[in-house]
Amino acid sequence: MQEAAAKPKPAYLRISGLWKSFGDFLALRDVSLSIAEGEFVCFLGPSGCGKTTLLRAIAGLDLQTRGTIHQAGRDISGLPPSKRDYGIVFQSYALFPNLTIERNVAFGLENSRRPRAEIDRRVGELLALVGLSGQAKKYPAQLSGGQQQRIALARAMAISPGLLLLDEPLSALDAKVRVHLRHEIKELQRKLGVTTIMVTHDQEEALSMADRIVVMNHGVIEQVGTPTEIYRHPETLFVADFIGETNQFPTRIAGQGRLAVEATQFLCAPHDLPEGSDAIAVIRPVDVIPHGSAAHGSGTAEGAGTAENLVDATVEEMEFLGAFWRCRLSSPRFGSRILVADFSINAVRRLGIETGGAMQVELPRERVLVFPGKT
Amino acid sequence: MSVAALALPAGRAPRQSIARDDLVKRGLMVAISLYLVLSLAAPLYVMLSKSLSTYRFDLKQFELQVSDATGTVWSEPASAEALNARLSAATADDLRAGSDSRLAATKFVEDFSFRSPVRYRLRGTEEGARWLVGSAPGGGTAWQEFDSNTFRRVMLRPVQSYGLDNFVSYFSTPALSNSIRNSALMATISTAITIAVAFGLAYALNRSTMPFKGFFRLVTAIPILVPSLLPGIALVYLFGNQGLLKGLMMGYSIYGPIGIVIGSVFFTLPHAFLIISTALSVADARHYEAAASLRASRWRTFWTVTVPGARFGIVSAAFVVFTLVITDFGLPKVIGGQYNMLAVDIYKQVIGQQNFEMGAVVSVILLIPAVLAFVVDRIVQRRQVALLSARAVPYRPKPNRRFDMLCLAWCAFVAVFLVGIIGICQLAALVKLWPYDMSLGLKNYAFDLMDGGGWAAYWNSIEMALLTAVVGTVVVFTGAYMVEKTKGFATGRAAFHFLAMLPMAVPGMVLGLAYIFFFNNPANPLNPIYGTMAILVVCTVTHFYTVSHLTALTALKQMDAEFEPVAESLRQPFHRLFFKVTVPVCLPAILDISIYLFVNAMTTVSAVVFLYSTQTQLASVAVLNMDDAGDIAPAAAMGMMIFYTNVVARLVHALLSRLLLARSQAWRR
Repeated sequence: MQEAAAKPKPAYLRISGLWKSFGDFLALRDVSLSIAEGEFVCFLGPSGCGKTTLLRAIAGLDLQTRGTIHQAGRDISGLPPSKRDYGIVFQSYALFPNLTIERNVAFGLENSRRPRAEIDRRVGELLALVGLSGQAKKYPAQLSGGQQQRIALARAMAISPGLLLLDEPLSALDAKVRVHLRHEIKELQRKLGVTTIMVTHDQEEALSMADRIVVMNHGVIEQVGTPTEIYRHPETLFVADFIGETNQFPTRIAGQGRLAVEATQFLCAPHDLPEGSDAIAVIRPVDVIPHGSAAHGSGTAEGAGTAENLVDATVEEMEFLGAFWRCRLSSPRFGSRILVADFSINAVRRLGIETGGAMQVELPRERVLVFPGKT
Repeated sequence: MSVAALALPAGRAPRQSIARDDLVKRGLMVAISLYLVLSLAAPLYVMLSKSLSTYRFDLKQFELQVSDATGTVWSEPASAEALNARLSAATADDLRAGSDSRLAATKFVEDFSFRSPVRYRLRGTEEGARWLVGSAPGGGTAWQEFDSNTFRRVMLRPVQSYGLDNFVSYFSTPALSNSIRNSALMATISTAITIAVAFGLAYALNRSTMPFKGFFRLVTAIPILVPSLLPGIALVYLFGNQGLLKGLMMGYSIYGPIGIVIGSVFFTLPHAFLIISTALSVADARHYEAAASLRASRWRTFWTVTVPGARFGIVSAAFVVFTLVITDFGLPKVIGGQYNMLAVDIYKQVIGQQNFEMGAVVSVILLIPAVLAFVVDRIVQRRQVALLSARAVPYRPKPNRRFDMLCLAWCAFVAVFLVGIIGICQLAALVKLWPYDMSLGLKNYAFDLMDGGGWAAYWNSIEMALLTAVVGTVVVFTGAYMVEKTKGFATGRAAFHFLAMLPMAVPGMVLGLAYIFFFNNPANPLNPIYGTMAILVVCTVTHFYTVSHLTALTALKQMDAEFEPVAESLRQPFHRLFFKVTVPVCLPAILDISIYLFVNAMTTVSAVVFLYSTQTQLASVAVLNMDDAGDIAPAAAMGMMIFYTNVVARLVHALLSRLLLARSQAWRR
């Protein structure tokens, strides 16, 4: 777990009971959220989940239908954008094409009765900050996409806003630039300590950049947590499914910490579902532990967990994905279902896993999660 | 995990507190909406109600008593209706009236003599009864007594009512209603010919490798720069009674349908060419490659690929040409002779006969095809957008000597026609006395010696065109910005957009007449601008609003929608963004709008012909009036002055564009 969540700070941005309707469609439903000063928060979710609507409500661009927003103790619920305190960067960068880079960055500074020299100094600082000092006299069209995005960032930061809003800032860039810029934005944010909200649909981006992630779906917050919490302890099936890969098995709860799949039982992580109810068991492919072919040793390999969660399986198919092998395993215990497991190249070599071979795998009980519902 | 509540809780949505910017924006939007309402919606409304308002003498309204010679013994009161039934003083036709009509009360008494001692009494049977004594208004239900000399001056006034009577009398007057058929026929024939000629031209310039394409494109633009009267004048000189080529007419007269069709082809050609050329220029080369790989013949390819690909352009162009011809006033006025056309009828009814109600009726009838064409055109244009594919591979014509020569020949033929018409006007303007003294001189340019306004009219036109260009560009661009770049107010913006599209469907004559009804009403607080330069500018800006609005809108739509939010988040007022970014980026479109307005203001006749005063005569109207007075050569000379002016304006525009673009648009690389 990361620092930010460990020591609670007073809320800098407090959103309570936010609703947004477009006609009959409810884009936000009772959203409440607190963000601490200096935090980097990502709104993550599939398209149409309400993440951009929430950002635009915070920015005052699309006013919420119900609910309040407080920033730094001030009620900003009904303020127009110009009376709020934020800088914003859009996916399109929205750089003014007819102004040079330095005039773009200076746009928010001019008109504020600052002396020219001070403005120039500030613009110089900002350009240095984003590493584009040499480009001051160029026009936006002469820069690459990544450079343009950094200029947009510098322009937004020029007025030293209390809050930085990033609306899918990296999705228009190609993959390599995107990864590079991720670090740069994160680094910049840490240096300036500005509270930042980023909207994204890219889970990798959210996991690698955010202090906390807000996962949204159908206008509702599904879960708020640090990247590791979200990944390792998803609170809903949607979060488990949306972040990373999952195997899903329909099960019936067979008692506290036990569940039944087909004819046999497995142990699972603690839950509060009543015995006998339908549930869905989830395990990630990377959490499946390989124990080699059954022929290698006796029924249980040394160091393995409880016997219930050891499964004798047949390797039906292996797919090489560069960093690891993705294996599709069948077993009488799964019925007609297939278990997908990701094994490292080392493990495959060491344990001699091959297509058509038999092997034993372990499903660690704390990694087997259950959620209510049916598939 | 939060459990999703399913319904919006009760309560009120928060309202955004209004920033000063929003107030400014709303103020501007209201101002420009008000402009369109006052300059377009209200006048049209007044005109429509005028066309439905009829005046009639209602004889039941009046009762009369006549005394004997001593002035003491009175006859039984009798209604004017009963008296008329006995005396047959006024026929049903006499009872039909206009707003200014009056009917002598003496008609309803026998043996009237203004010297007799007989006295007369008159009263209304209802409060609405009105009459005049001399010019003093009278009325009411109380008896009023007059001596015979005063009674002579009593005039009954008609009552106003609303109904379709005007339309009934329009359609029962063949001299008037024949114009509908005439106009439709002329517009249909002209459209067919223009589209064929324009298609050939556009096909040659887009699909061949013939030389001199730039030259022919320039020549094609010539008719836009002159009033539509000018081809009429040229045709008079070519084929009129003393025309150079009269023999070619084989006894037919150029005055009438033949002249109207030839002239219409001339002045509508550039419009049709531009639209069809655009349609042909976006062809997808892959379609032709597919046709070639299927071994389709050139002819078959033409009918299965080329024509269907351009069909929306052709349909759109056809509607534009049809509307232009049917609503044009200048050309049939000059060359139409006895052949009545709708637009000329409006002029004749209003200027010739002062029958404003009938003018309004013809206007309403003229509105129908124009509105219809406009609606169909909008639908077609919407479909066309879906036709364009972003992945199209541009078609590049390959050299083909025979085909290229054919194209060149066609273009040359059209160019000779266009340049010939202008050339003849130029010649006519310079020749001293056609056809007797063909020596050249500038006598015909001495406009101050003729009726029509003289050189002052020319300078007025320049002033009007400049004002229209400046005022119009500001109004149109600001209006388009408010429609495109403000949020909220959805209904208001939609209404505004509709108003902005409306002028395209309103013929100039109709707009001009509507202005008379609206602004020439003493009760209207805007009445003082009637007869001034201001009303000419307002009318012209409104007349050409739609195309300018669409140009501005297209330019604004290409701008990132996120500029406004960014500027707001940087706490910058919208006018700073507007002047530092929006206007500079849209500068090419702004210059296009202003030259469009300038050129059209120079050439327009139809709307302003009803609105000019002796102080504000215009060059284009002077062409009309000098031609009307028989000064055809000076009319041609004035027409050429308009042409030179527009050519110079175009050159200045091109130069200015290049200079400004070089300076302020370096970013375009």
